[in-house]
Amino acid sequence: MTDAIKVPLMRVSHVSKTFGHVSDGILDPWLQKLRLTRPSALTRAVDDVSLDIAKGEVVGLVGESGCGKSTLGRMVAGIMEPTAGQVLVNGQDLKTLPRHEAEAARLKIQMIFQDPYASLNPRMRVRDIVGESPRLHNMVSARGLDQYVSEQLERAGLSASLRNRFPHQFSGGQRQRIGIARALAVAPDMLVCDEAVAALDVSIQAQILNLFMQLRAQLGLTYLFISHDLGVVEHLSDRVVIMYLGRIVEQAPVAEIFSKPNHPYTQALLAEIPKMRDRKKVFSIIKGEIPSPLNPPAGCHFHPRCPHAMPRCRAEVPLLKAVAGGHLSACHLNDQT
Amino acid sequence: MSQPVTESAVQAVIAAPRPSLFRERLADFFSSKRAVIGFTLLLLLAFGSVFAHWLTPQNPYDLMQLDILDSRLAPGSANGAGTYNYWLGTDGQGRDLLSAILYGLRISLTVGVGSAIIASVVGTVLGVLSAYAGGRVDSFIMRTVDLMLSFPSILIAMMILAYLGKGIGNVILTLVILEWAYYARTARGQALAERQKEYVEAAKSLNIPQWRIMLRHILPNCLPPLIVIGTLQVARAITLEATMSFLGLGVPVTEPSLGLLIANGYQYMLSGQYWISLFPGVALLVTIVALNLVGDRLREIFNPRRQR
Amino acid sequence: MSTTPLLQVRDLRTHFMTRAGQVPAVDGVSLQLESGRILGLVGESGSGKSVTGFSIMGLVDEPGRIVGGQILFKGQDLLHLPQQQLRRLRGNRISMIFQDPMMTLNPVLRVDTQMIETLRAHEKISRKDAWEQSRDMLGLMGIPSPEARLSAYPHQLSGGMRQRVAIAIALLLRPDLIIADEPTTALDVTIQSQILSEIQKLSARYGTALIWITHDLSVVAGLADDLHVMYAGKIVEAGTVDQVLDNPQHPYTQGLIQSLPANNVRGQPLRQIAGMTPNLLSLPAGCAFASRCPRRTAVCDTMPELDELAAGHRVRCYHPGAVPEMEVAL
Repeated sequence: MTDAIKVPLMRVSHVSKTFGHVSDGILDPWLQKLRLTRPSALTRAVDDVSLDIAKGEVVGLVGESGCGKSTLGRMVAGIMEPTAGQVLVNGQDLKTLPRHEAEAARLKIQMIFQDPYASLNPRMRVRDIVGESPRLHNMVSARGLDQYVSEQLERAGLSASLRNRFPHQFSGGQRQRIGIARALAVAPDMLVCDEAVAALDVSIQAQILNLFMQLRAQLGLTYLFISHDLGVVEHLSDRVVIMYLGRIVEQAPVAEIFSKPNHPYTQALLAEIPKMRDRKKVFSIIKGEIPSPLNPPAGCHFHPRCPHAMPRCRAEVPLLKAVAGGHLSACHLNDQT
Repeated sequence: MSQPVTESAVQAVIAAPRPSLFRERLADFFSSKRAVIGFTLLLLLAFGSVFAHWLTPQNPYDLMQLDILDSRLAPGSANGAGTYNYWLGTDGQGRDLLSAILYGLRISLTVGVGSAIIASVVGTVLGVLSAYAGGRVDSFIMRTVDLMLSFPSILIAMMILAYLGKGIGNVILTLVILEWAYYARTARGQALAERQKEYVEAAKSLNIPQWRIMLRHILPNCLPPLIVIGTLQVARAITLEATMSFLGLGVPVTEPSLGLLIANGYQYMLSGQYWISLFPGVALLVTIVALNLVGDRLREIFNPRRQR
Repeated sequence: MSTTPLLQVRDLRTHFMTRAGQVPAVDGVSLQLESGRILGLVGESGSGKSVTGFSIMGLVDEPGRIVGGQILFKGQDLLHLPQQQLRRLRGNRISMIFQDPMMTLNPVLRVDTQMIETLRAHEKISRKDAWEQSRDMLGLMGIPSPEARLSAYPHQLSGGMRQRVAIAIALLLRPDLIIADEPTTALDVTIQSQILSEIQKLSARYGTALIWITHDLSVVAGLADDLHVMYAGKIVEAGTVDQVLDNPQHPYTQGLIQSLPANNVRGQPLRQIAGMTPNLLSLPAGCAFASRCPRRTAVCDTMPELDELAAGHRVRCYHPGAVPEMEVAL
């Protein structure tokens, strides 16, 4: 292990995702000329994002509605294609690889979804849900399948005796475990958790989070942990990335981002989190609504709500620059010093 | 208002193991008296038509067995040889109506169920394909569906049957051409909704091939409304076939279905020999009602918003 | 200065008669609320906290039924009030805010129509005055350009804005009591903060009492005066916010507090409560939490009562006490 530069397990490079381009029918150009219809509105869900994730890291991705974190997560997991930019797994763009290699690479990154009720096929038995893909990709023989599925379920904290049941017979937390077993069954290197515990009760959340940590230690997994809950992110992550309206606004190791937040949005976010220790708290400082991604503000997306906004912020998009070792922030205020 | 209240209270109940979904639905179905009645009637009718050969004294399609001298006899009269009674009377060709109805039912049910099954397979596959493929394929299939559904069915049926000629096979083909569109449209709607769900995304992430996602994942979840439509379509197909036969297209004269029996008896209505049209008519009515009762109940149990 | 508390709930029982059996969603809940105080009702799914709120509002429909207890609002028992009088109270003196603002808002009516209707249903005022009051209330809720918002339809507003409108409607008639069922759970942190701030200000201004139903201890910590923790249809711990959060006595409360990531050491496994949420159809005869409790003994097979440990601090437990050893089972 003496390489000078380690290739990151996952790299997204200048990735963007635009929605809303409805394929126009034959008549549309004419209708538009006659002003009877308008061209479809475009939403830039993800806007020129670049991010590296090293093997074994846990990266927490935080942001509010419309920030694009779920979309970015899906592009990382290979479920969605970026409109621009590249997604590199172990340094390779999957599109350039021959088919079976690309498939194998895609299996390396799996996703755990938010909704325990919609993320499992209600018509399939648990053993089929977990065993379908490994069997299809010949990771296990037909004879060994039952044993293999049982092992995966046990690893996720579920009794193997439940494998013949249907999803509706399980609670929310158990269903998330089934989803985790399904992901583990294809021997991934990385898990993208998209608000994986948000829909669960607090006492179950702790169980599932502990499971994630245990799997990380046991299997050396890498995580992209997407959440709006900063408390959870602080507990699990090595590094935290903050997104706002499609762009990364700040990135830093976890201790640093909570002790020395640089970007005004991060500062506001941290100040707003309710903490149990506060009593009779006087809430709030940050004004304004989160703008719609259909019509984002010009320049820095945050400037309408920023207490330190300058004229430059309206005109120019701030670039992500280093403010300390491993700590990046996209704010014009940093240029003042 | 009670929906969220009920849900929040009953949430924790779900943790307990429950019987399989199928058995639950089955119990649900039979909990309604009307459904039980409908289902029993259908069972009796199906039984009667399948075992018609053993149940009836006469094979009405075998011209050798018919005695023209026995035509238009009132219900309850004995036949010429005195071996059995015509419990429901005879028609213009001397057919025992009871036998004719049972044999005719067989044709009606075969045509109805047969066309429904074939149309549902064709329509569902096209509908799911349309939803999954999107774009031009979707547009093309759906515009064809719109076209099919915008013409009055009787008109099209008449045109096709006039061209093809008589015969049960032709009737089934015609009905399939008319019916597939209903299934396609419904299947497409369901498939579109299912396609958004996260388990489909998970399947993609797990590299499950597209065709398998369509058939093994999305399709089974589209079935509930299709089952409901299927049941009601059987009723519709039977009615349509009866109409065609009544109009003289459809089944051959020597093997009358219920529709043809009704048509044949029409001319005798005013002279008082009502039974020739009435009894086949009642049989047809009972069949349709039974199918509708079952279809209605199915629609209720598959309705996700229902209060249990 | 009245000494009768604004709201007194005594031994409330709301049961659901489902095909699978009788679900005792709320099973003997008693609470008391003075004017101007904020009560936090905390619990997870199946605890009965939402059903308690719905019961007080009288919004429980079949298969649910209030099978026992009293709900005294300003001395009147709501359970024995004729429908007409109840309707005069609801929306007027007691209001409710839901998690989903679309449960309050009609998607096909404009905001001003809905607000004006609400006002005119309970008071005799002109449309013009009603419009002005609505606009003023939206302004108080921190909504910029309220006139423009008034002529909008709900779907034209963002989630946070909709919730603010729903809350504005709840406050329009200056009710004495507001029951809020997880109103900010689905909202972003920055929006949640704004809304909590508005509610705090307005309730202080009008002296409105508030029952805040949530699973989020942190939110309620900053907002409430009193805190009740519910489990399996019963209150297991009650007291002031300081008492319950700084000195929790019930193992469930302690477990909840300890499982919050913020209360754990980074990188160490989170302290968690073993076992699963209770099945309300098959509750044991004794303490419902016993199967998950590290302090369980034989006496826990009988139902403990809500005992007063210190002034105003009540616990339903045979073994109340400071921090136990919580399992870190995985």
